[in-house]
Amino acid sequence: MDTYSLLREFADSWMLIFLTAVFTAVIFWAFRPGSRKVHDEIASSIFLHDDKPAAEMVDRSKEART
Amino acid sequence: MWDYFKLIALGLIAVLAAIGANYARDPAYLVNALTIMLVAGGLFLWTVRRVGEPKAVASQNEYMDGVVRAGVIATAAWGVVGFLVGVIIAFQLAFPSLNFEWAQGYANFGRLRPLHTSAVIFAFGGNALIASSFYVVQRTSAARLWGGNLAWFVFWGYQLVIVLAATGYLLGATQSKEYAEPEWLTDWWLTVVWLAYLAVFLGTLVKRREPHIYVANWFYLSFIITVAMLHVFNNLSIPVSLFGSKSVQVFSGVQDAMVQWWYGHNAVGFFLTAGFLGMMYYFVPKQAERPVFSYKLSIIHFWALIFLYIWAGPHHLHYTALPDWASTLGMVFSIMLWMPSWGGMINGLMTLSGAWDKLRTDPIIRMMVVSIGFYGMSTFEGPMMSIKAVNSLSHYTDWTIGHVHSGALGWNGMITFGALYFLTPRLWNRSGLYSLKLVSWHFWLATIGIVLYASSMWVTGIMEGLMWREVDANGFLVNAFADTVAAKFPMYVVRGTGGLMFLTGAIIMCYNLWMTVKAQPEKASDNAFVPAE
Repeated sequence: MDTYSLLREFADSWMLIFLTAVFTAVIFWAFRPGSRKVHDEIASSIFLHDDKPAAEMVDRSKEART
Repeated sequence: MWDYFKLIALGLIAVLAAIGANYARDPAYLVNALTIMLVAGGLFLWTVRRVGEPKAVASQNEYMDGVVRAGVIATAAWGVVGFLVGVIIAFQLAFPSLNFEWAQGYANFGRLRPLHTSAVIFAFGGNALIASSFYVVQRTSAARLWGGNLAWFVFWGYQLVIVLAATGYLLGATQSKEYAEPEWLTDWWLTVVWLAYLAVFLGTLVKRREPHIYVANWFYLSFIITVAMLHVFNNLSIPVSLFGSKSVQVFSGVQDAMVQWWYGHNAVGFFLTAGFLGMMYYFVPKQAERPVFSYKLSIIHFWALIFLYIWAGPHHLHYTALPDWASTLGMVFSIMLWMPSWGGMINGLMTLSGAWDKLRTDPIIRMMVVSIGFYGMSTFEGPMMSIKAVNSLSHYTDWTIGHVHSGALGWNGMITFGALYFLTPRLWNRSGLYSLKLVSWHFWLATIGIVLYASSMWVTGIMEGLMWREVDANGFLVNAFADTVAAKFPMYVVRGTGGLMFLTGAIIMCYNLWMTVKAQPEKASDNAFVPAE
């Protein structure tokens, strides 16, 4: 089998299934339970740090506990 | 030590460029070599005068905004240049006598057209993307740009790419690939600059202080990586001589055409869409002072765009030597793209839900909303035009030009103007813009200009398509090509007028931004009276 046919067959079978699976998994991952809180945090993170960088890694798990 | 290394490198480059200029086989190469020689020589002198001086250590506690300021100035300036050349070539099409005899071979339509497209896409759009991505990645990562002065190298290196490409076009260097016209020398240099850009962006993400990477950065990163890949593959060419600008493509025939439009459509998809969506996902929520409507939707928008866009290129080659299955594939993926695009549009527009009153009071928000509207409109028009039956009417007509401009002027232009209005007072620490009234003037001039442009191109495009396919009872074509050209004249004048209005708006913007920096009072420092926490 020449290279073209081989690659073509691979592309429209296994690779297609693989990419579709990755895409579906990503979508489901976005809807995983508990993602809402994380997403709300990220969405409003743009309103912090307007003037200068943070001194250390921002840790939200601590804030949540106190 | 680093200074001496730099001096040796710059000196070598200047000497090699001088040798290149001496042996140059064509004027474009000669001018490019002289430009490089002057730049390297100038940098050599600049460095030599500063050897041994103590280096200012940049504080990691501050954002690196100087390069963003430079980017804002470059965006505005290149924008005006690009629009101006666009207006000139629009009138050259309407009035061919504007292709002056004395300027033949330098400033006729064929030479100016790539200058216009590259100036607006790569000089105006590219500078807007680089500057805004540097601003956004710092704010959303809460970290200073990585790599110290590498960001300045990216900025100035990119300006050099623009100058090399522009002078090359006017003197006839082109590899005749749409949106990838620059010849090998400029291509190689762009590759270096682009990898440095990727390094700065990625480096900043790596040292971020925010646990999450905000979605705007995903879009920016995908734009940088994909453009690097597209650029390298589409420019695989072998120079005929090291002392000439001409090169020969590695691919040939339909493969070359397919690679070109795989590049060409993804230049639209990743340069003009993904990158500018990064701008949308940061600047629209910031200006509206509300978080994005749905972060989940933005994730789906991102991945759907990434998975679909890369396949849409073949729709540029319907009814050509490209195999049918490939062009059908391109068509199907283009139609599927409609969904994520509109998802993104809804996400951008709905960010304003609960704050729609801002549309009345804030002309910047108005600009951004119109921009998102044009994003939605052109991402509907595009899939429709990719359908083979529609394409058989629209292809090679002015409809395509109208489609491109409703995307480029409406979506890319307006969101960039919004970002510039947002950035300027913040970067120069001013309390607000010089005049909101002038923003309104800009908004209306630009909007009406785009409407005139797009509608005249619809009319002339469809008319042209219908005239080309009209046959009489015996099956002979009714119209000669020249008949369609003559029939288009009024529409060409309307188009040029629309472009002129858009250009006027951009000049008003430049004046407004200039006065903001010059005449507005400095903002009182926010951190002067911070209460103890």
